[in-house]
Amino acid sequence: MKILVCITNVPDTTAKISFTDNNTKFNKAGVQYIIGPYDDYALARAVELKEAQGGTITVLHVGEADSDPQIRKALAIGADDAIRVNTEPADSYYVATQIAHIAQQNSYDLILMGRESIDFNSGVVHGLVGEMLGIPSFSPVMKLDIKDGKAEFAREIDGGKEYLEATLPLVLGCQEPIAEWKIPNMRGIMTARTKPLQVVEPVSVDDMTSLESYSLPAPKGECKMIPVEEAEKLITLLRTEAKVL
Amino acid sequence: MITETAENQTLIEQTVRDFAERHIRPHIREWDESQYFPTEVFHQMGELGLMGILVPGQYGGSGLGYREYVAALIGISKVDPSIGLSMAAHNSLCTNHILMFGDEDQKKTYLPKLASGQWIGAWGLTEPNTGSDAGNMRTVAVRQGDNWVLNGSKNFITHGKSGDVAVVIVRTGEPGDKHGATAFIVEKGTPGFSAGRKEDKLGMRASETAELIFQDCIIPDSQRLGEVGEGFIQSLKILDGGRISIAALSVGTALGAYEAARDYAKERKQFGQSISRFQGIAFKLADMFTDVEASTLLTYHAADMKDRGEKVSLASSVAKYHASETAVRVSNEAVQVFGGYGFTKDYPVEKFYRDSKLCTIGEGTSEIQKLVISREILRD
Ligand SMILES: Cc1cc2nc3c(=O)[nH]c(=O)nc-3n(C[C@H](O)[C@H](O)[C@H](O)COP(=O)(O)OP(=O)(O)OC[C@H]3O[C@@H](n4cnc5c(N)ncnc54)[C@H](O)[C@@H]3O)c2cc1C
Repeated sequence: MKILVCITNVPDTTAKISFTDNNTKFNKAGVQYIIGPYDDYALARAVELKEAQGGTITVLHVGEADSDPQIRKALAIGADDAIRVNTEPADSYYVATQIAHIAQQNSYDLILMGRESIDFNSGVVHGLVGEMLGIPSFSPVMKLDIKDGKAEFAREIDGGKEYLEATLPLVLGCQEPIAEWKIPNMRGIMTARTKPLQVVEPVSVDDMTSLESYSLPAPKGECKMIPVEEAEKLITLLRTEAKVL
Repeated sequence: MITETAENQTLIEQTVRDFAERHIRPHIREWDESQYFPTEVFHQMGELGLMGILVPGQYGGSGLGYREYVAALIGISKVDPSIGLSMAAHNSLCTNHILMFGDEDQKKTYLPKLASGQWIGAWGLTEPNTGSDAGNMRTVAVRQGDNWVLNGSKNFITHGKSGDVAVVIVRTGEPGDKHGATAFIVEKGTPGFSAGRKEDKLGMRASETAELIFQDCIIPDSQRLGEVGEGFIQSLKILDGGRISIAALSVGTALGAYEAARDYAKERKQFGQSISRFQGIAFKLADMFTDVEASTLLTYHAADMKDRGEKVSLASSVAKYHASETAVRVSNEAVQVFGGYGFTKDYPVEKFYRDSKLCTIGEGTSEIQKLVISREILRD
């Protein structure tokens, strides 16, 4: 089984977010980057499937060289090789086009990625890639098994779960608890160095969107503590100040 | 080469941080209060390759160098120094002694179990009456045919109770004679070998410290490490490297305390402003940071020398001395930055304060480091 795992390179969840250039550019200064947490789960499940059934795992990232440490980490966790499409991603359609282009050249059985990135959170790349390749896509997938060329999986739906079965190839957007989250071990870190990381140039894509500006949510107000005995005051405040009642 | 090392180091730091946040941080207080030694955590650390960092791959280790070892140890100690202390004793004392002085059979028998964290290792040199003056040890081994009979006791031994195997250095010649001691590997459960009292300690409470007792304990000669009479000299060599690990433990301890103080100073407000705006606090943080940076560089410097195969007695003593005194000073200042909250168990700094003090004592006190340093720099 050939598995492609697409990973994002995103600011750490604790990073302080700010913008430069008149709120048109994300300020990368001092920000730690990580593999997108949902992508991490997708990768972890790929490694589990490979350990149980054999196969190969390729990690794919659309981005510039500053993502290489995250790609190395994915290799340390257990991917066999990596491809980086050397470009600054413009939007979801742009990224999906690059992924689909790579997938067309290599015919993977399974294309896994996170349900969404945690920077722009669009959550549409898996759907777009599926459409571009003409194969089914599902998200958010929280359980996945492969039996006789078929995928058996569970998807989170409003208020419950949906159990599905589909034949490969497939594109799946993943989330926990699809796999046990993995930390690379020392040996993995050492061997990651010897695994191939291929850098390819992007295919050209028409501009579909352009960015006007970013804005931050309003800062959180002061927290007001109301003693139990004054519960009525809470109701008044919810009416008059928070205006939620 | 440089970028490769740097990239590996970053990945190791991330691995250790992710592990410590998940598997250590949630339990720090509970382990500390109940003096619980979490063997299961060391088994998990073994799976990650943290229990045999310096052991070559052929014996089941990670095959890394001191630089990577230091990076990992700083990362663990920054979260919980007592786990760092145990990791250090296991890796650089017990396991390393077998790696450096064991024969092929001994290495094949013990290293895979130790490097995988399946077994926890102890290393016994100190005795109730001989600490700094370890060369005067009283525990003896007497040869009887193909066996040795051990009698006496070792104290302050990390993993004295829970260790599955111990390397012990005992007297086989005259007290005080450099060639009067020999090292042996003793497995838990060997008749005549038992653990005594577990110490109730000020700090490093999740790291087990206990007595080893030998009463007519019979050890086959095949358990002897290296030549008869070489045990004390071997242990000095082990301690040369061991000091790098206590330096790393100290750096981690200091860093943990410093970062907690820095973050708190930014948040805590008094007189209508963040306390980090007061020069009295800001300069304190500047001093703490500078001390931690210097200690870090000294420690990596000693690690790099060791990786290049150079003699590190001086460099490792300097690093250990400076870093351990820094750990004590910085954790003391961290409590000060936290004020009254720093004195409570709800905040992490009081534990760094208690744990840090071991650093200026274990594997050679600061006074002994100064003895080593002065001897080296005054040599003709
Ligand atoms: C938590 C913990 C874990 C430990 N783990 C281990 C272990 O795993 N294995 C092991 O073998 N040991 C271990 N030790 C023992 C440790 O290495 C010794 O405690 C240390 O070497 C000091 O020896 P001592 O306690 O006997 O102090 P002493 O040697 O009695 O020293 C008392 C004081 O006298 C000073 N002093 C001694 N000699 C001189 C001198 N010549 N000049 C100036 N001052 C001097 C010392 O610096 C110290 O201040 C551990 C200790 C602790 C607390």
